[in-house]
Amino acid sequence: MDKTMTLRVNGHAHDVHADPDMPLLYALRDQLAQENPRFGCGLSQCGACTVHVDGKATRSCVTPVSFAEGRSVTTLDGLGTPEHPHPLQTAFAEEQAMQCGYCLNGWIMTAADFLNRQKNPTRAQIKAALGSLVCRCGSHVAILRAVERAAKEMSA
Amino acid sequence: MSTRATFLTGATALVVVAAGAGVRSFAVAADAPAPQKMTALGDWLRMLPDGTVEMYTDKVEVGMGVPTGFAQFVADELDIPFDHVRPMLGDTSETVAAGGVGGSFSTFAGNFAIRNAAAEMRSILVNAAAQRLGVPASQLIVRDGVIQVPGDPSKSLRYSDVLGALTPDPKFPQTGDAFFTNLTVPAKPKDWADYKIAGSPLPRKDAAGKAFGRYPYVVNVRPPGMVHGRFVYPPSIGATLLTVDESSIHGIGDARAIRVGNFVGVVATHEWDAIRAVRALKTSWTGASTTLPKQSTLPDYLWTQPSIKQSVAKGGDVDATIGNAPVQATYFWPFQSHANMGPGCTVVDVRSDGVTVWSGTQKTHALRQGMSKLLKVPLEQVRVVWASDAGSYGRGGLEESGAAAAFLSRAIDRPVRVQSMRADNTQWGNKAPAMSGRLRANLSNGSIVSLDAVIRQFNGNEILSQPSVAGSFLAGQMAGFPNDAVVYEFGQYGEGSAKYEIPNYRSSAELVAPFAAGNSPLRTAHMRDPEGPGTTFIIESFIDELAAHAGMDAIAFRSKHLKNPRHLEALQHVASAAAWDSRVSGTVKRTGANGELIGRGVAFATRGETIVATVAEVGVQPKTGVVRVRRLVCAHDCGFVVNPKSLQGTIEANLIQSMSRAIYEEVTFDDHNVTSRDWATYPVAKMRDIPDEVKVAIIDRPTVAPGGAGEPSSRPTAAAIANAVFDATGVRVRTAPMTPKNVLAALRA
Repeated sequence: MDKTMTLRVNGHAHDVHADPDMPLLYALRDQLAQENPRFGCGLSQCGACTVHVDGKATRSCVTPVSFAEGRSVTTLDGLGTPEHPHPLQTAFAEEQAMQCGYCLNGWIMTAADFLNRQKNPTRAQIKAALGSLVCRCGSHVAILRAVERAAKEMSA
Repeated sequence: MSTRATFLTGATALVVVAAGAGVRSFAVAADAPAPQKMTALGDWLRMLPDGTVEMYTDKVEVGMGVPTGFAQFVADELDIPFDHVRPMLGDTSETVAAGGVGGSFSTFAGNFAIRNAAAEMRSILVNAAAQRLGVPASQLIVRDGVIQVPGDPSKSLRYSDVLGALTPDPKFPQTGDAFFTNLTVPAKPKDWADYKIAGSPLPRKDAAGKAFGRYPYVVNVRPPGMVHGRFVYPPSIGATLLTVDESSIHGIGDARAIRVGNFVGVVATHEWDAIRAVRALKTSWTGASTTLPKQSTLPDYLWTQPSIKQSVAKGGDVDATIGNAPVQATYFWPFQSHANMGPGCTVVDVRSDGVTVWSGTQKTHALRQGMSKLLKVPLEQVRVVWASDAGSYGRGGLEESGAAAAFLSRAIDRPVRVQSMRADNTQWGNKAPAMSGRLRANLSNGSIVSLDAVIRQFNGNEILSQPSVAGSFLAGQMAGFPNDAVVYEFGQYGEGSAKYEIPNYRSSAELVAPFAAGNSPLRTAHMRDPEGPGTTFIIESFIDELAAHAGMDAIAFRSKHLKNPRHLEALQHVASAAAWDSRVSGTVKRTGANGELIGRGVAFATRGETIVATVAEVGVQPKTGVVRVRRLVCAHDCGFVVNPKSLQGTIEANLIQSMSRAIYEEVTFDDHNVTSRDWATYPVAKMRDIPDEVKVAIIDRPTVAPGGAGEPSSRPTAAAIANAVFDATGVRVRTAPMTPKNVLAALRA
């Protein structure tokens, strides 16, 4: 049965009328015109759909929209702007840590949650934290450089 | 126009070499007399009153920085700041059809037209300024868009002061064809050595936008009134649709089903309803049109089928010189899937007065042709607008969504967005062909005197790389369009791999028929460096076997069979960058801390004008067969480097993607369908698999025209890894991918 739910996305409250079991991804993309959570697999295998729900990296392609009801959702463009960038966005831009960039949302959102929790991570810790993401272009080497760069800044 | 440009547009021989095995059709095109077509300068470059320049090109941004490099050339030719050039990409109503992106041709073949256009724009504007200032043009220089007499600041004009000279828009002959499209102008671009903006590590124009989530992607295109569509893929190879029970989706929002021949899709206002509907829709189908061979027998299958096309190249007399061929080996390379990161999305708006298509295709102009044929509307009524999709790496499955969106939009008179689901792409996208190579050779005094190479494969171009015909789309085939524009393409020693100086050689390539004429999940098409990684895995593994047989170091042995100084330098460069220990491979046992056996291997490749030598260091777990790449070092010579930072990113990503293909990637299938459906059943390299060190050693040649860089460094990786596995274990792994199963089988053989 469809119902109306209130989601807080990047600081703004929105009403969504939908099947509570519908994945959050479609509420964000289809109903709220959010551009950055991306459909990659719909199976929680790649991470392209990652958003923060109350600060925690969450795969929106398998998370029911009802889970986000009353919680705070942040997307990539809510993480920072060119005027007020998140250190990861600066680092990914500077290191050009992407080819096509389709997966980038997942890497930045997952890394942002991780670096919030872990100061001065080792390379092995970073690799493990990002271990279940897919980048088909093979930009991993640059991504690792970017995350290490941001980690340094965020731990300073 | 430079001599080289003239040569390129006219010379079949060079085109064939540049294209490798794959792109012979272009060689034919380049032979035909060039039509005297004219294009306006404004079709390439437009200067606005504020002095900024819009740069129109069909070389879209697939993530390697080609449009940024083109903008560097334009800024350099015009002597304007780099950030004054704005790439305008792909739109078929605004760009000249120049083959789009493909075959590592964008910079290699596409630089001439854009450089010529910029040189001509500068020349026209400087001449106009000279007239206005009353000084000869030869006395004028340009700095930051200001045309001036050196040392006399009173005598200067901005480009914007003389913009009138570009009205009316001057026209020039357009020569060449496809990727080799050029613009013939009176002005001459700068010499390679004089470029300053081109050649520097400026930021890719797409990078920041992507990091901040502001770059335009096709998945975000939302024309007013747009609805969502999906379509039903066949349950098995060659199956055709019998019945559709539309009542099965009643109650799922406003979803409805639409049938065109054997194509059946659904549309709904909300995306989730479209997804639920396509899953719920009850359809019935005929059985499979064929039974696939058991996957484990595929290598033998390739050799027991009749060959439908052959290509043979030879020199000397192999039969008289091969003797008892003391070295012989058979190799296998599997079907692989593009498995694009996003499964593909297209928005199509079919109206009575025209069709608009939003797509992330590499080739917008070809897609325009394909759409025109699919919808049977005149070409001039179709416009394709480009926005980025996931990386395509050739012709995987991104465009499939477009054929479906076209049929659905035509049926309901509204714009329809179709985004494929994961399995639609991984399972049902086009595939890179499986191949097997059988090689024999005779040596004398440590040199190859005779080489016989036979490679058997599925056609590399069953589905055209250009999405220009209706039957090349799966949805088109299902709607009844036959795939009648097949091009035969081979992976061959000397074309899909480097060619050595061997007095007697025979290079045979043979194609076997596809499993089914239509509706096949194993139909084959270009995937990044078509045939290159497979052919080079086969040839460069064998060359390594010959080096070991001759008791020689692998780099010394290759160098002995090469003449071109650039080839030799690439090998020396990688040896030095990797601190290569020169010795016979497989003769020193090294064990790592975790019990893995350590080895190093090398492979060499050319693609077009570009030369690559890669060294891999691996660790092999002898008990489990797990191969871990510890280090990749790549020496890369593509002539003039337009942007070293973009190039480094491109090579690094090529190395990781080709490592992924070498170790992890194989399309699996059962009797009637592909069983690789997602990232669990088609695994690719992940963060844990990344080598401890990836080193890119670029050989810059500031006075040599640029070669291509989009694919060449994908080519030698698999062979370098296999050769390193041999060095570590003393055992050849001749079957890719080098999964624990295949490695253990070799170790236990």
